[in-house]
Amino acid sequence: MTELFNIPIQAFYVQILIGLINGSFYAVLSLGLAVIFGMLNVINFAHGAMYMLGAIFSWMMLTYLGIGYWPALVLAPLLVAGLAVLMEKFLLSRLYALDHLYGLLLTFGVAMIVEGGFRHWLGTSGQPYPMPSAFEGVADIGFMMLPLYRGWVIVFSAVLCLATWYLIERTRIGSYLRAATENPTLVQAFGVNVPLLMTATYAFGAALAAMAGVLAAPIYQIGPLMGQNLIVVVFAVVVIGGMGSIMGAIVTGYALGVIEGLTKVFYPEASSTVIFVIMVLVLLTRPAGLFGRA
Amino acid sequence: MTPQPLSLSRSDTDSDGVRAPLVATVAAIVLLTVAYMLVYPVFVMNMLCFGLFAAAFNLLFGYAGLMSFGHAAFFGGAAYITAYTAKYWGLTPELAILLGVLFAAAFGVVVGYLAIRRQGIYFAMITLAIAQMFYFFCVQAPFTGGEDGIQAVPRGRLLGLVPLDDPRFMYAFVCAVFLLGSLAVWRIVNSPFGVVMRAIRENEPRAISLGYRVERYKLAAFVMSAALAGLAGSTRAIVFQLASLTDVGWQASGHVVLMTLVGGVGTILGPIVGAGVVVSLENYLATSGLPIHVVLGFVFVFCVMFFRRGIVGEAEALLSRLRRRRS
Repeated sequence: MTELFNIPIQAFYVQILIGLINGSFYAVLSLGLAVIFGMLNVINFAHGAMYMLGAIFSWMMLTYLGIGYWPALVLAPLLVAGLAVLMEKFLLSRLYALDHLYGLLLTFGVAMIVEGGFRHWLGTSGQPYPMPSAFEGVADIGFMMLPLYRGWVIVFSAVLCLATWYLIERTRIGSYLRAATENPTLVQAFGVNVPLLMTATYAFGAALAAMAGVLAAPIYQIGPLMGQNLIVVVFAVVVIGGMGSIMGAIVTGYALGVIEGLTKVFYPEASSTVIFVIMVLVLLTRPAGLFGRA
Repeated sequence: MTPQPLSLSRSDTDSDGVRAPLVATVAAIVLLTVAYMLVYPVFVMNMLCFGLFAAAFNLLFGYAGLMSFGHAAFFGGAAYITAYTAKYWGLTPELAILLGVLFAAAFGVVVGYLAIRRQGIYFAMITLAIAQMFYFFCVQAPFTGGEDGIQAVPRGRLLGLVPLDDPRFMYAFVCAVFLLGSLAVWRIVNSPFGVVMRAIRENEPRAISLGYRVERYKLAAFVMSAALAGLAGSTRAIVFQLASLTDVGWQASGHVVLMTLVGGVGTILGPIVGAGVVVSLENYLATSGLPIHVVLGFVFVFCVMFFRRGIVGEAEALLSRLRRRRS
């Protein structure tokens, strides 16, 4: 069989692959959002800007300092995490006692500054980032040719997601974290440094976003607006998955990427809106999201 | 650590009763007449349209406590409808605007129905995501003209009589729309409905236990706010003879939040003052070479961190402090 519904089967594989890659980014980004939201009760509107910073930093390191892909994969997230620590310490932490909307508004303002600044400096045109030499070329996996780098993105992001899930659901630090989201005062009374835990969580979420940005650099055009365009889709993924659910973020991230890819085969016009349509359907039936608690 | 609810206003109960809006209206008419002679009228009209948009947003955010991050969909969507019907169906401006407002209200019913199922940040994200869906629709739909938008919209004759191509009539018309819209906001806020709206904002469980059908009130507030935002967008489409993607994108939604925040959330005058400040600032920055978004971002962060009551809110707090000291 080489055709399905009059569409060549190869096209399916290609779109499923593209969907899986996009899904990897949705999963890693919504995972970071979920972690931050769970602990700080803040919708990190700057998440797209942090993703963009990850990509732009790795591009800057290569262009100005000659630092390649592999060191950048570590350094760029660390740099962004450092900035996130400053932001949490000096700005966000002063808003926790207020309505949660202020956290959203603050991070929105920060995103405007960061993205606007790079737009002023770089313009809106994209910058190319060379493929790391280890991943040039393609692999024949039987039914299709798989570009190596894309395979790496899928594998690495899956590892990243699993590691984060393990850290939060299965380790001691994770149990502090989960306890602190339920009752910060009580956990503080047990001698856990909750403010530090909050700073670390924010930095960790930011680092995840930046790492996704570095991963994206060789595939997509690097530009100041790359995060802006992605973040709203990720918000929809988060609403569908159920806010704050680690598992929900991961599973819906990949699933929606694949659904979006398949829509591109059957009905291309709807591919940019299919996720939002699903969001509306989910809201009608399960307002708390697929994996969320009401 | 229960977060403080979003209540910033002290002007909720207007002690001056019915006289205050009358005085304010007369003052506004005088001010707008003077402004026509002193400032570039197109600039003032832009300010008035955004002022009405911000007032509509604030009706929902400041008084019902519901922060929509997708209000640009109503503003820009109505602008498209008005621009299209005025240009291709040859409708008179008032009919085109009416259709724009009706569209915004109907769309508001759908979005509101979906969004009020969740609260707080969820509400914001759902409105944002639906608005973004509408944005993508506008990018692709054939009637919106894609990246170009709908240009050269005829201003036409109001009621088939008054030529709006005459800048003086256009200006008077925009002023009238603005005043009527603001008056509507004032009327809604100071009605029994407005009181229930604020009760829901302050303590929703209590409002429910008092027997109010909270969802209906929220939905009604959402639809009214959407319709007024649509009125602002439609009018702007006639003034600038243009409807484009920039009016529907989520940056436009953020823009109106900024205006409201700068002026003062939950005050009648705040959004209008905020729109004035932000539009003037943008006007100034456009020629200064400074990056507009960066400056606006800093204003945003500053307001969230240190200036949460906004210009009007702070002024009112100062006034009441002075009054208390005197008595």
